[in-house]
Amino acid sequence: MATGAQPSSPVPPADVTVQDVTLAEIFLGFFTVSAIGFGGVLPWARRMIVEQRHWLTPAEFTDLMGLCQFLPGPNIVNMAICLGSRFRGPLGSVVAVLSLLSAPFTIVLLLALVYARYGQLEMVRGALVGISASAAGLILSIGFKMALPVMRELWMSVIVVLVFIAVGIFHWPLLPVLAVFATAGVLASWLIRW
Amino acid sequence: MKSPLFDLTTLFLTLSLLAVGGLASVIPEMHREVVEVQGWMSSGTFADLYAIAQASPGPNMMVVTLIGWHVGGLAGAFVATAACCAPSCLLTYFVHGLWDRFKDAPWRRIVQRGLAPVTAGLVLASGYIVTRGAVEDWQAYVVTGITLFVALRTRIHPLWVMAVSGVLGVLGLL
Repeated sequence: MATGAQPSSPVPPADVTVQDVTLAEIFLGFFTVSAIGFGGVLPWARRMIVEQRHWLTPAEFTDLMGLCQFLPGPNIVNMAICLGSRFRGPLGSVVAVLSLLSAPFTIVLLLALVYARYGQLEMVRGALVGISASAAGLILSIGFKMALPVMRELWMSVIVVLVFIAVGIFHWPLLPVLAVFATAGVLASWLIRW
Repeated sequence: MKSPLFDLTTLFLTLSLLAVGGLASVIPEMHREVVEVQGWMSSGTFADLYAIAQASPGPNMMVVTLIGWHVGGLAGAFVATAACCAPSCLLTYFVHGLWDRFKDAPWRRIVQRGLAPVTAGLVLASGYIVTRGAVEDWQAYVVTGITLFVALRTRIHPLWVMAVSGVLGVLGLL
């Protein structure tokens, strides 16, 4: 995948990943995405992990995200655990989670204090309308980036569409939907060889 | 008398392990416990705290921090956040270790290939749900559409688009 001419900083191609990641880089990466992660950290995290720091390839990101979705707990916290452990063991996991949570923890409490004092400020509400509309577009973009590579095969496309309809349109409870479609997906993957 | 910090801890330790697929899946249960069973707050306060958490950057679990804060101050905020993370983090740590060990096993590749479309469908669905929740008029749809286009087709940092959208909102244009 061409990344354009960037002579000053040699950017590795998309399918090459960095293996040697320091604790400081883990901290910086997760701290930054969580502090700017309005409307959800996932789009920012994918950008940081895949496109900027090249910790994972796009395919590896989807795989790991799959694992993190099926485990309980916030997906992005699970992803921090996995990447931290992959690069720096248990300490890496601890650093990744703490750096992911420290900024939002502080900001959300400050927001609550402001809210308790001033109620709903018209200006803040206006800003939120804009930010959430934008955040929605970002999450959709990540969805497309993850869906396009897996939609080359018919059975995969069918599952993508059915999961989308079940959860997005019918609002069926997540747990049974996951159970049914994960089973169907794994069965199909096993039966339909590639 | 039992301490509310103790109840906070047990509640979120449990919810942590039930939150398969992410925290969104246990929000109804959280609401039931916090409002109806424990009686810590009214349904309206819960909705307010949820909205504040949505407005804050960070993982969508920050509503847990606010519930803790509402019930037990700063200590409550810490306890609830930690309790909500610890069990799922430990589980993830060990499962990921196993998952990594079987990196080249044929069954893992089959499972991985089977889960990929489910994962993608879920992310698309959550994008759609967030859009439906956040976007009320055509101007906001335009913002969502432009952000989608910028993120997919350009190298512009999405934070710029988000900042411009925020400013448009402040000016009352959305």
